[in-house]
Amino acid sequence: MGSNMAEAHPVGFQWVMEAKARGAKVFHIDPRFTRTSAHADQHVTIRAGTDIAFLGGVINHILTHDLDFREYVTAYTNAPYLLSERYQDTEDLDGLFSGYDPYTAAYDASSWSYASVPMEEQPGRLLKEVSAPYQHGAGGPFIEGAAGGIESDPTLEHPRCVFQVLKRHFSRYTPEMVERICGVPQELFQEVCRAWTENSGRERTTALVYSVGWTQHSVGAQFIRAGSIVQLLLGNIGRPGGGIFALRGHASIQGSTDVPTLFNLLPGYLPMPDVTHEDLTTYLDGVRGRGQKGFWGAADAYMVSLLKEYWGDAATAENDYCFDYLPRINGDHGTYRTVMDMVDGGKVFGYFLLGQNPAVGSAHGRLQRLGMANLDWLVVRDLAMIESATFWKDAPEIETGEIVTERCRTEVFFFPAASHVEKAGTFTQTQRMLQWRDKAVEPSGDQRSELWFFHQLGVRLKERLAGSADERDRPLLDLAWDYETEGDEPSPSDVLRHINGIDLRTGRTVDGYLDLKADGSTVCGCWIYSGVYANETNQSRRRTSRFETGPYDAEWGWTWPLNRRVLYNRASADPQGRPWSERKKLVWWDAEAGEWTGRDTPDFEKHKPPDYKAPAGASGIEALDGDDAFIMMRDGKGWLFAPAGLADGPLPTHYEPHESPMRNLLYGQQGNPVRKVYGRPDNPSNPAPPEAHSEVFPYVFTAARLTEHHTAGAMSRQLPYLAELQPELFVEVSPELAAERGLRHLDWAHVVTSRTAVDARVVVTDRMAPLRVDGRVVHQVWMPYHWGPTGLTKGDVVNDLIGVVADPNVFIQESKVLTCDVRPGRRPRGPALLEYVADYRRRAGITTETGTRIATAGGHIERAHIEPDRPEEPS
Amino acid sequence: MGVKRWLDAWPVFRQLTGTDPLGRGKAAQSARSAGLGSRTESADRVAGSVCPYCAVGCAQRVFVKDEKVVQIEGDPASPISRGRLCPKGSASKQLVTGPQREQRVLYRPPYGTAWQELDLDTAMDMVADRVLDARRKGWQDTDEDGKVLRRTMGLASLGGATLDNEENYLIKKLFTALGALQIENQARI
Repeated sequence: MGSNMAEAHPVGFQWVMEAKARGAKVFHIDPRFTRTSAHADQHVTIRAGTDIAFLGGVINHILTHDLDFREYVTAYTNAPYLLSERYQDTEDLDGLFSGYDPYTAAYDASSWSYASVPMEEQPGRLLKEVSAPYQHGAGGPFIEGAAGGIESDPTLEHPRCVFQVLKRHFSRYTPEMVERICGVPQELFQEVCRAWTENSGRERTTALVYSVGWTQHSVGAQFIRAGSIVQLLLGNIGRPGGGIFALRGHASIQGSTDVPTLFNLLPGYLPMPDVTHEDLTTYLDGVRGRGQKGFWGAADAYMVSLLKEYWGDAATAENDYCFDYLPRINGDHGTYRTVMDMVDGGKVFGYFLLGQNPAVGSAHGRLQRLGMANLDWLVVRDLAMIESATFWKDAPEIETGEIVTERCRTEVFFFPAASHVEKAGTFTQTQRMLQWRDKAVEPSGDQRSELWFFHQLGVRLKERLAGSADERDRPLLDLAWDYETEGDEPSPSDVLRHINGIDLRTGRTVDGYLDLKADGSTVCGCWIYSGVYANETNQSRRRTSRFETGPYDAEWGWTWPLNRRVLYNRASADPQGRPWSERKKLVWWDAEAGEWTGRDTPDFEKHKPPDYKAPAGASGIEALDGDDAFIMMRDGKGWLFAPAGLADGPLPTHYEPHESPMRNLLYGQQGNPVRKVYGRPDNPSNPAPPEAHSEVFPYVFTAARLTEHHTAGAMSRQLPYLAELQPELFVEVSPELAAERGLRHLDWAHVVTSRTAVDARVVVTDRMAPLRVDGRVVHQVWMPYHWGPTGLTKGDVVNDLIGVVADPNVFIQESKVLTCDVRPGRRPRGPALLEYVADYRRRAGITTETGTRIATAGGHIERAHIEPDRPEEPS
Repeated sequence: MGVKRWLDAWPVFRQLTGTDPLGRGKAAQSARSAGLGSRTESADRVAGSVCPYCAVGCAQRVFVKDEKVVQIEGDPASPISRGRLCPKGSASKQLVTGPQREQRVLYRPPYGTAWQELDLDTAMDMVADRVLDARRKGWQDTDEDGKVLRRTMGLASLGGATLDNEENYLIKKLFTALGALQIENQARI
């Protein structure tokens, strides 16, 4: 679902075809019929943005027909735990959970906790960014007393147990409702339910694959939660052939999250400290919690080792290992917020773009370009010239007069970058495998790696500040910046060694994160990568041929953590440690040897027996019982219900997209009540019910990749082979829509939103089937998004159509579904384009407030969330 | 030239008498084509690499001759890709050797209408000066409640997801030491 694997990850798709050849059934659930659909046993056309309604229907089908894998669910999930009496469901509150404050559009999540572990209420005027879950890293907020035992009902019959709450929450997600919301015929929906449930259980497992078709939504995190609930109920997590696969879209996008260049994370999913963290202890209390289970219990060792890697000898126990040197976050500092601050001026002065082309590749390209045109300076590092470096002379805003070259103040530096064959280092691919690349040749001219650039920049900054007495310069002056060098750049192997971790007493690399210490005797740049340089050997460089290794290919590259291929694989054995079935055995307890063993590295303490019961008062790793398979979770269980950690509710709930042609059929609450809206004149929204005039933008729009181009096009539009294979931007429409709007195959058309209009060639195709949704026909249109004004093949920027509205958990934009109009012929050019789009906005009654009155439950439409966000006190 | 050699040089003769009766292989070969070899055979060395496009992680073999990349192919030994590359991966030699690759630092001054060339060392110094200036202008010691922020909002970064882990590590480390927070990546897009 939400993935076109055959075209976006073609070489990975060979394994789906292998599975199919061995008898697996493949279902593809997606708005558009693609090459993935063509290879599937069954394609299911779904209205974009309605996946939770569909998956909720699957959950309801499982629970109504008692098709869950009951022993797995009882043992390994939080199904038996009882919830607080204060918890109220969306069924009680017309689409909201308890704790909602319409004034701030944020939840106080305290009522979502387990019954025996009351959480402190957090009422008041907390802005949603301050209460957002990112404060807690990947572990999520802690649950008081989780290690001490949580009140539960193993029969799963108590009305307040998670299992019964789940049942009630999804009880109206019937096949009829799925058909009305998603446009999927009931028989087809039930065929999916049958296939999924029949192929799960002791003997069989089902895998679920998604991509950015799930993440780029205002409810993106909850799409994934919904898939997780299905997979947990069916016992498909931690088992061979099961799982949820996030197919990531770039060579090392997994690595960019693990070793993050993200505002809210430190390496290894440790949270970036915020203003409430006065010292290392308060910070660590927030990460570990008190009386929590699991491997976050050793967060002190992970964090102290990171601080030691950053600040070396300067970091001591006496000075909290320089914890004070870390800058503090106190809100949304994500890339879209930053770009709006650039547009507003006076806040952001300099900007680095490192192999990234936001003028084409980020949502709302116009906002991106206007932001870049209002800087003191911009540094662009890329292989080839890109639109984000040349906006001052060829942006679409030059044509409309919004940017005038001679009046554009931004100073631009372009640095040519070294390519992947001109530098050594690791990429982390989509299944967490680090693979080392050797350097094949030297870069030429001024081409340099990022490693060279940032090392050099650091050296020069240190020189400039040398001798400074200013306390704010200490973090830079004390920074450990003395990696071994190869030529004039730091040795990537030595950087990887430091990421792996080094025991300062011996000077040798540690073998894994279990060796890390909280006493300052180890350094480690990223605890989850610890082990990649075990035994002073670059494990990521291993290339033992597949012809010489077993089915788990454990000697090709290195997979975090500790070369495990299946996370939470303790769940592949039953609570007693025996494989659920011979056919699906992966790891198991060897009683004679007194250890966990199997085909994969066991994701459990090696010598902890399955019947182990943690002593009272234990916490952290020691508090994990022998059947707590989910070792990173606070209570050791897989979460059907998330008692904490999500900004927009403990259970996934169907909300309509921010821009939708339809009213929510399940609740008065139309869209995600916590979604992040940026109500600004330069970021208009198309109206959606209950607002009037959604008919001005009557069609559902979605965008995705082609096989032959790559994201914003910098790595493909300039290559003759690829430009020839996909020479022009196009828009796919159904024959019915073509007839309705007078569009002719291969003629020009333009697509319009309240942001802009873009030209494209028309492709009339059955791939885009009209849907019958709640008694009416809904048309969907699709575009690839790789084009921009430069390169061997040029075209309009499709991302210019998209406004900025984001998921409240992760601040990813909703770019996979919006509404639009489509018209034959080309769009107006120059200033006439602005007038043309302004006319659409007038006809649709669009103001800055459109789309920002996000609380609509119970018929009350609350205040608009517009900028500047200076809410008046409610009367 | 003996009769035998003379006859053997005649394609029709080879076609009629040899193992290639349809004349689509050896029989049609000239002396020149017989002497041709693949670039992969004549390469000086092969570097193990990984495709830089999507996240499947297909293994590549990079063939180098005279310090130039002459061919990039899939690595059959990889348990992930089994030697296959998609159209993008197959085009990666063009990606690294094509004329679109920029070689020199370019500079556009404020209000300028064209690029200028700039020495790499000078450019690095200019960037270092500007980083400190932006850092200073956007510096925040505390928030309005007096809580420590110790940061600058004056500079930001957005990275692509083809950066190496080692590079991302140094980027985050340096910016964090500068007090810069708005360090973002394609991973949020």
